[in-house]
Amino acid sequence: MKARLRAIGAFWYDFVIGDDWRGAAVVAAALAVTAILAHGAGVNAWWLTPVAVLAALAWSLRRAVRAQRRNGG
Amino acid sequence: MNAVPLFLTVFVACAVEAVEALTIVLAAGLTRGWRPALQGLGAALAVLAVITAVLGPALSLLPLSALRLVVGALLAAFGLQWLRKAILRYSGYKDLHDETGIYARETAAAQAAAAGGRGWVTDWYGFTLSFKGVLLEGLEVVFIAITFGSSQRDVGTAALAAVAAAVVVAVAGLAVRAPLARVPENTLKFAVGVMLTSFGIFWGTEGAGASWPGNDAALLVVVPAVAAAAGLAAIMLRRLRRASTAPASPAQTAPAGEAAR
Repeated sequence: MKARLRAIGAFWYDFVIGDDWRGAAVVAAALAVTAILAHGAGVNAWWLTPVAVLAALAWSLRRAVRAQRRNGG
Repeated sequence: MNAVPLFLTVFVACAVEAVEALTIVLAAGLTRGWRPALQGLGAALAVLAVITAVLGPALSLLPLSALRLVVGALLAAFGLQWLRKAILRYSGYKDLHDETGIYARETAAAQAAAAGGRGWVTDWYGFTLSFKGVLLEGLEVVFIAITFGSSQRDVGTAALAAVAAAVVVAVAGLAVRAPLARVPENTLKFAVGVMLTSFGIFWGTEGAGASWPGNDAALLVVVPAVAAAAGLAAIMLRRLRRASTAPASPAQTAPAGEAAR
């Protein structure tokens, strides 16, 4: 039963998060900060998530390229 | 957003997944027989229909802002994965998805596997191969159709687009009886990655409580901006890859004396 639950968890992790969890973490953090700014400080930070997501993409690509180079690719 | 962009986005995303599922069903059908392959296909479609029937109405009950926050976060994370893979494949840092190669591997494995059925399934290997392939690719289709449809409060159009994509790919597969290797899969995945990421950003931001300048018209800026940034990254990485793998010129590798001659 435990093994089956672990397999289901691993499937959903791979399905949504994939190879690089940092992208999903940046998305979650950016949306959380946007919500805090909107509801707590009355700041309309619509620009925050697009900037954070594109930065996360660049970061993730940079890490993938570096990893490939380290492996001699 | 009207129904046309919703239909087109879901259609293209689902067509890409359907091409991958078709490769596996063809490998199962042509090597193990069509009966177990079609039984596996039918069983997977039934499971997917149940998941859609349960999740679709359940998501529609959520308040729109909470739904858009959750769906936006999921789509942005999911879209980033697609974009990352498509860019790495375009630039040569990751191998292209090879439907012909996958088909050859699945066919060889299916031919080598032992025969034997259970209950109404005449060949367990063929059934399982087809069932798993369709279910795993189909889950992505269901995820995209439900998230897009529920966020737009238009699950019907999204479901229609998903079914239309599956039918078009199935008809094309039956016509050629081979994997659809000539479909520009990576380009389609790049386009879908741009759309998933853009809609994820748009809905997530709205769900978090911020409002876009120009409301829905902001999508006309967000989608091209994400496409341009991702396209630029793909071009830069491709140039970097080519520069790092290009053989050194004779002048650089030859000893000074030889180069001077």
